[in-house]
Amino acid sequence: MSGGGIRPLHSFTDEARKTLKNRQLRANLGFATNTICDKRQRAVDELEDWESLRGDAAAIKDEALANLAENLVKLEASVEAAGGKVYWARDAKEAVELVAKISLAHGASEVIKVKSITSDEIELNSSLAGHGISAIETDLAELICQLAEDAPSHILVPAIHKNRTEIRELFERTLGVTLESNEPRVLAEAARLYLRHKFLTTSVAVSGANFAVAETGTVAIVESEGNGRMCLTLPKVLITIMGIEKVLPQWQDVATFLKVLPRSSTAERMNPYTSMWTGIHRGDGPEEFHLILLDNGRTHVLADQTGRQTLRCIRCSACLNVCPVYQRVGGHAYGSVYPGPIGAILTPQLLGMEHEQANTLPFASTLCGACYEVCPVKINIPEVLAYLRGKTDKELSESVVMKTIAHAMLMPRLFSIGLRASRLGKSVASGLGLLRGWTDSRELPDIPEQSFRDWWRNRG
Amino acid sequence: MDSRSQILQSIERAQVGKLEYVRPPVVERSPSLEAFCEAVADYRAVVHRVDQGDLISTIRRVLDGKRVVVPAGILDEWRKALSHFIEDVPSADSVGLSYEELDRAEATLTTCAVGIVETGTIVLDGGAGQGRRAISLIPDHHVCVIFEEQIVASVEQAVQVLESSIKAGRPLTWISGPSATSDIELVRVEGVHGPRTLEVIVVSRSR
Repeated sequence: MSGGGIRPLHSFTDEARKTLKNRQLRANLGFATNTICDKRQRAVDELEDWESLRGDAAAIKDEALANLAENLVKLEASVEAAGGKVYWARDAKEAVELVAKISLAHGASEVIKVKSITSDEIELNSSLAGHGISAIETDLAELICQLAEDAPSHILVPAIHKNRTEIRELFERTLGVTLESNEPRVLAEAARLYLRHKFLTTSVAVSGANFAVAETGTVAIVESEGNGRMCLTLPKVLITIMGIEKVLPQWQDVATFLKVLPRSSTAERMNPYTSMWTGIHRGDGPEEFHLILLDNGRTHVLADQTGRQTLRCIRCSACLNVCPVYQRVGGHAYGSVYPGPIGAILTPQLLGMEHEQANTLPFASTLCGACYEVCPVKINIPEVLAYLRGKTDKELSESVVMKTIAHAMLMPRLFSIGLRASRLGKSVASGLGLLRGWTDSRELPDIPEQSFRDWWRNRG
Repeated sequence: MDSRSQILQSIERAQVGKLEYVRPPVVERSPSLEAFCEAVADYRAVVHRVDQGDLISTIRRVLDGKRVVVPAGILDEWRKALSHFIEDVPSADSVGLSYEELDRAEATLTTCAVGIVETGTIVLDGGAGQGRRAISLIPDHHVCVIFEEQIVASVEQAVQVLESSIKAGRPLTWISGPSATSDIELVRVEGVHGPRTLEVIVVSRSR
C-alpha cells in the first residue's frame, strides 16, 4: 500500500506478504507478464541492431544528463520562442500549485488528463481536489483505477489486477450504464462514450512527457488509445509536467527512442499514436502551452555517481515483466507509483535512503539480472540495488526479506518461468542466487541449457 | 533564490562531467512498397494499393455516401469524387468547423508527410491536404492517401525528413493502425477514442 505517490506506507516485506495472498492478482500478473515478455522478445528480434540501439539510447541519455543544466535552459528558450511558457518546480508541492493556479486562472473546475506517472508521483489528482478541481483520467486503465479508487499496479497496464467481470460491475456502478456483456470491446465502448463529451468540452488538459527536445522545444507523447491526442489537441490550455531527466539534446535523438520504447513497452514495432508539438501553433491545437520542469529529488539522484544511471529510465516497464519477484508480488507491494526493479531503485533514491519504508525496496530482488538484460537504456539495476543495500545502515534482517522472496519463488510453475527467463537473458538464475548468501560474490556457474524440470516435461 | 536557480545550482553541484556523444550516421536504406503495405496492414489498417490512374475511383468507392471532412489543399478532383463533403478551412476570422460539427462527420480524407516501412507508420505534419490535427482525430474513419515517393525505410530516415516540419513549428501525429487498447486482460480492442477505422491508399506512380 502506498501512502500516496511514491511514499510506501509499509516495508516491502510486509506488503509482499499481503499481496502474495491474492490469487486473482497472481493469476492475472503471471499471464500478463509472460505474454508481454514473449511478444517483446519477438519485437526486439526483428531488429538486427538492437544491442547497438540500446548502446545509443544509453549514451544519448548520459550525454543529456551530463549537460543537463545546459539542455534544460536550451529547452526553456526553444519552448518560449515557440510561444509556450516554462516553469520550474523543485518539488511536488510547487508543481501542483502551478497546475492549480493555471487551471483556476481559466476558471476550470475539471481538467482532463493523459496518463502520466509523473503526475501520480506528485499526487496531482488529490492535491487538485483540494483546490476544488477534479482531474479526470482518460486512459482506460487509469480511468478504471480512478473509478475503483485503486492504485495502478503496473506502469504499462495499470489495471492488470482487475478482470473483465470486476470492470463491468465497476462501470455499471460508477458510470450509471447498463452493459450487454463483460467483453473488453463493450467495456472500451462504455469508456469511449463516457469520455467523448469531456474531450470535446473541457478547456484544460494535463499531461506528462515522454521526451522533450532541447534543440527544438518539441515535446512528445506516445500512446495507444487516442485519449492522448484528444487531450493534447482539443482543449484551449495544455499543461505538461515533465521530470527534468526526460530532456533529449537533439531532434534526431527522437528516432532512437521511438525505436526502443514501443518494442520494450507494448512490444509493438510502433505504438498506435505519437503526438509531437512545439510550443503553440496557431490554428492547430491549444492556444496556451505551459511546461513545468520538475525536480522532486532528481538532482539528488544525479549527484550520486552510481545511482544516476537510474535517470536514463524511459518508463517502458520491460523490467517489471521480466522480474520473478514482481511477477509474484505485483505492483502494489512496492507501495509506490514506480513498482518493480526500476521502482526498487528509483523510489528510495527520490525519497532518500533515510526513508524507513522505501529503503527496504532495494531488498525486493534476487539480483538475477533479467531486468538489466532487457533495459533499453542499459540501466544496471542489479548494480544499483546492491549499491543501495550497502547504503542503508539499519539492521534490516535480510533473512526476513529472503523468506518472503523465497515464499514467492517456491511455487514450481513460477520458478521454472523465472529460470527460463534467466537463461534467456544469459543471466544468473534467481533460484541459485537464493541458495547462496546475499553478500557472496555473484560468480555463478553457467545455467544449463535445459533445467531438469524442462527436460522431464519434454523427455517424450 | 527562485526554483529555477535552485534546480540549476543543484545540477551544477551534482558535478557530472561533461560528455559528448557522437551519434552514428543515419543508414540510407531503400524502401519497399510491398513491405510498407504489409506493415500497415499488420496493424489492422485497411490498405488499398493502387496505380495513380485508379486513385479517384478508389476514393469514391471507399468514402461513398459518407459525410467527409476535407482540409484545405485537397485536390479538386478528389473532392469531386466525394458524394458529400464539408471543408475545414480555418482562417484569420474563422476557427474552422466546430468540434461538434466534426463529431457529426463520418470520415476525413487527408494526405500525409511520410510513411515508414519498418513500423507501418504514417506521419501527418499539418502540411497541404492534411489540415489541423482535430480533423483526423474526431471523425471515426480516417482515409489517408500516401504516394510511393513519400515512403522511407526506417524511423531514422523519417525523423530526418520531418526535421524541416519540426523546425517550422508544425505539430506531428504519428499513426500506426487504428486506436487500440489492451488494458482489459490484455485483450486487444481496436477503436477507443481515435478513429476506429484507418484506411491507407498507397499510390504507385507507375508499375
